[in-house]
Formats: sequence, structure tokens, C-alpha cells
Amino acid sequence: MSIEYRFAVNVLPKPGILDPQGRAVEGSLAHLAIEGVTAVRVGRRVELTVAADDEGAARTVVEQLARELLSNPLIEAFGLELLGATSSTTSATGAGR
Amino acid sequence: MSVRVGVVVFPGSNCDRDTTHALALAGAEPVELWHEAADLRGVAGVILPGGFAYGDYLRAGVIARFSPVMRAVAAFAADGGLVLGICNGFQVLAEAGLVPGALLRNRGLRFLGRDVRIAVEQPATPFTHLAGPRRPLRMPVAHGEGCFFADAATLDELEANGRVLFRYVRDDGATAAEVDDPANPNGSLRAIAGVRNAAGNVAGLMPHPERASEGILGSDDGFGLIRSFVDSAAAADRGSRTLEVAGR
Repeated sequence: MSIEYRFAVNVLPKPGILDPQGRAVEGSLAHLAIEGVTAVRVGRRVELTVAADDEGAARTVVEQLARELLSNPLIEAFGLELLGATSSTTSATGAGR
Repeated sequence: MSVRVGVVVFPGSNCDRDTTHALALAGAEPVELWHEAADLRGVAGVILPGGFAYGDYLRAGVIARFSPVMRAVAAFAADGGLVLGICNGFQVLAEAGLVPGALLRNRGLRFLGRDVRIAVEQPATPFTHLAGPRRPLRMPVAHGEGCFFADAATLDELEANGRVLFRYVRDDGATAAEVDDPANPNGSLRAIAGVRNAAGNVAGLMPHPERASEGILGSDDGFGLIRSFVDSAAAADRGSRTLEVAGR
């Protein structure tokens, strides 16, 4: 019996990597009369569902996907968030949203 | 017999025809290689052309990296085959790890389409040996993600081992600065416009030599790079034929 796990993969430019999008956002803050906001980094969030026997197996798949496709390890770091899990025979458990 | 040079066609490639045209001008027989086929059809060199392969979704070049043709190109490169990536083709090679570094969003955030000037840092490579005496070379760029990045240790290693092929320069040939210098269109680190792999048989550059291969295009400064590639592919082809004969 497999369980469907819903994950989010958050990808951000590594510290020190030029992030012109983040800088452009920061540059716009003056137009909104907002002060005190610094260190803006713009990244990418990918949500996906993976069917696996347990959370560890699901995590392994998502990590591989994040490492090889969703991020470029030279310039980006990623983090995983488990959003929820749904068993195919029982109802949702721990749905995160 | 003219040498067969492959031009990969991804969905979203848009410089494939320019490239086959320039290759034919240089005396090669261009062979289009469809992205879904893992067969390189006996070519002696492969060019990955410019464009927006697979829409450049996620990151420029990354989805193309996993296409069947790229598995064949990677095997061809590992075997010493000549591979050149131009613009989006360079991004694909970098994502595939076949050349070092990564291409980041242009420092100024804008997509840029205009002429730049580049210096040939290594004139005695398979990609540059017929570049001719004119310096700097003038040819167009057309990209949104062309800011070359690698960590400092990698940059040092590339420079120490002659793996930086091209740099953005000013009109007078002086190397462009990284920041606030229009001569460096994307803010590339150390003004690097093109690099090659450690073995020396795979190279990528952001500017478009194929779009500067005839006087009618406004510049033919890029044609020497196309001719270099064709000549090197022909030499490799002869070499393999000689080996085949010798092996019998």
C-alpha cells in the first residue's frame, strides 16, 4: 500500500550568489515607503506529490529530484517541507493545508 | 567529401537554421539532430544552437539536459568528440556539467540583444585556431541568463589551465569590468564569455558567431570560429577513419 506525500521544495540562490531579482525587489521598497527591509532573496517553490511506502522513501525521491533537476547545486540551495500525506485506503492524515 | 556536423534541434531552438547555414558556408554538411533521438547519425562534431530549449522553464537549459539526444551528446563528448554550445547551447552544457560554471540571470535583469566585442584568449584550440587576426571580434549576444558564474577556486583553475576561451572586452581590447561596464553585457565574473572543459573538446560561449558569419549580417567576425569547428571536426573525422583502417 503506498501513501501519497505532498512536498514543497524551496529553492534559493546560495549566500553570496548574485541575485539581481532580490536586489530589484529591494530597490522598489522605497516606492512603497517601506523601511527596514534588507537581504531580499528571490527563489522558487515547487510543490509535488509522490507515492511511496513511507516518508523516508518519499523524501529520498524528492531529494534526488531537487538535487538533479529543481536546483543547480553550483548556485542554489534547497529545502524540503512535508505538507501532508494521504493513504490510498484511508482518509487524509496530517494534511498540511 | 565534406564533414558531417550535427546541429541539435530542441523544441524552442531558434538558431538551428542560422547555424546550419553558417556550417554549410564553412564547407560542412550540416545534420539536424532531433532532441528525441539518441542517435548522432555519424557526425564528427555537434553544435548545440541558441534558443529557448523546452521553453527554458525552471532554469535555462536544465530540461534539455535530460533529453535523449543529450545522453548521446554526453557519451560522444566523453569519448573525445567535439561539442560546441552557443548561447542556450552553452546553458545546456553547463547544466549538464559538460563545461564548468553556471549562467545566472543578467546582472541588469534585462534580456540583451546587441553586438558585443570578445577577445580570443586561447588562439590554438579546436574552437579558435582559424579565428583570424582581427581583434576584438564583434558579434551579437541575445540572452537573459548569461552571467557566467563559478566559485573563485574554479575561476582560478580555468585561467591557470587555459580554459577561458573568450572574454568580453572594450573596443580597444581591454578586458571589461564585472560591474557597470557596458562592454560586459551580463556582468559575467572576470568578463568570461566562453570556456571549455578540462579535456579541451567541449566548449561553450554566450555570443553568437553564427549570426556574424557573413558581411551581409553586419559582421563576419564569427565565421572564423565556425570554420575552426568545421576544420577540427574534419580532422577528427579523418583521424577516426585512419584509425579504422589501421585497426583492420
